[in-house]
Amino acid sequence: MNDSSPSRSLAGQSAQSPPGAPPRLVEPTLSALFIAFATISLSGFGGVLAWSRRMMVEERRWLTPEQFNETYALCSFLPGGNILNFSVIFGARLRGPLGSLVALAGLMGPPMCLIMIIGAIYAHYGEIPALRRMLTGVACAAAGLMMATVAKMARPLFRSGAVAGPLVAVATFAAIGIVQWPLPLVLAVIVPVSIAAAWVRL
Amino acid sequence: MRADTATILTLTGFFAVLSLFTIGGGNSAVPEMHRFSVEVQHWLTDRQFADTFALAQLAPGPNLIIVTLIGYHVAGIAGALVATLAMCGPSGLFAYFVGRAADRFKGSAWHTALSRGLVPVTLGLTASSAVVIATTADFGWVAALVTFATATTAYFVRIHPLWAFAVAALLGLSGVL
Repeated sequence: MNDSSPSRSLAGQSAQSPPGAPPRLVEPTLSALFIAFATISLSGFGGVLAWSRRMMVEERRWLTPEQFNETYALCSFLPGGNILNFSVIFGARLRGPLGSLVALAGLMGPPMCLIMIIGAIYAHYGEIPALRRMLTGVACAAAGLMMATVAKMARPLFRSGAVAGPLVAVATFAAIGIVQWPLPLVLAVIVPVSIAAAWVRL
Repeated sequence: MRADTATILTLTGFFAVLSLFTIGGGNSAVPEMHRFSVEVQHWLTDRQFADTFALAQLAPGPNLIIVTLIGYHVAGIAGALVATLAMCGPSGLFAYFVGRAADRFKGSAWHTALSRGLVPVTLGLTASSAVVIATTADFGWVAALVTFATATTAYFVRIHPLWAFAVAALLGLSGVL
C-alpha cells in the first residue's frame, strides 16, 4: 500500500486517536473479514444494509458511523451491487487488494453454494403445483415491496418542484419497463442527461 | 442444459456488460436480465424467470444472487460460476479503483450532481423491475390483489420482507392464487 491509499486515514485514526474521536477502531484479520461478510450475507434477507451496519460499526468497531455512511453513499452510486461494492472498498481499505477479494468471497461464496442447491432442487421439483403457487405468491409480494419502495422514492422527487427528475424517472420507466429497450442503450442516453440536469440545478 | 462454449461465452459477455450498467442496486438490472434471457436467448420461459426471481428473493445473500441461479439454469455449475464472476468482476474492479481515489473527490460539485442525477434513473428502473416481475409471473386478479396489498402495507408500515413472502407463499399454498 502506498502513501496515497485511503487505508491511511483509517489506520492512522486507530493508531493515534485525536481528542474527541470515536472509540478506537479495530483492524480485522483476513479470516475475520471473510467470516464477517459471510455472516452478513447469510443473515441478510432483503436487509443486508442493516446487518452490515450493526456488525461493522456496533459489534466489531471496524468503522465509525460516519465512515460507514460515507462508504455506503459511495457504493450506492457506483455500478454493480451496492453491498458487493461495499465489500470490495471496505476490504481494500483495511487489507489491500487481498482484503477486497476475501471480503467479496465471503459475501458471495456461501450464498452461491446455497442457491445452486436450491437451483438443483427446483430443477427436479419445480413443476409441483403447490410449489409453483407458493413461488408465484412470493413473486407477487416481491413486486409489491418494490412498488412500495418506488412510491417512497417518488414522493420527495415529485414534490421538489423540479421537472427534470420526474421526467427522467418516467422516461426511464417507459423505455425499460414498457418498451423494454436494451438497458445499456437507454442508460447511455438518460444518465448523462440526468446528471447534466442535476448539475445545472446545483 | 446446454453447457457448450458459445453459451458460456454469451453468459459471460452479457453479465460482464450488465455489471457496469447496474445502477441503484441489483434489482434494477432485473428487466434487462428478463429481456435478454427470456426474449432474446429463450433460456427461460416467463414463468421460470418469475420463479427464479422468487427463489433468489427467498434465499439469503445479495439480490444479485439471481445471476448465479440464471447461470445455473442455463449451463449448470459452470454457468453459475462464470455468470457470477462476470457480474462481480468489472464493477468490482471499478469500485476498487474508485474507492482508492474516493477521499480526493469527496464533496466535489460533480460528485453531488452524479449522485443526484442517478436518483430518478434508479426510481424508473425499480418501477420497471416491479412491473416486469408482476407481468411475468402467471397472474390472475387475486395475485394482483396480493401485489397491491403488499405494496400498500409496505408503504405505510415497516415490514420485514420475509413476513410478506411467508404470507404470500401461504396464500399460494392454500390455492387462492
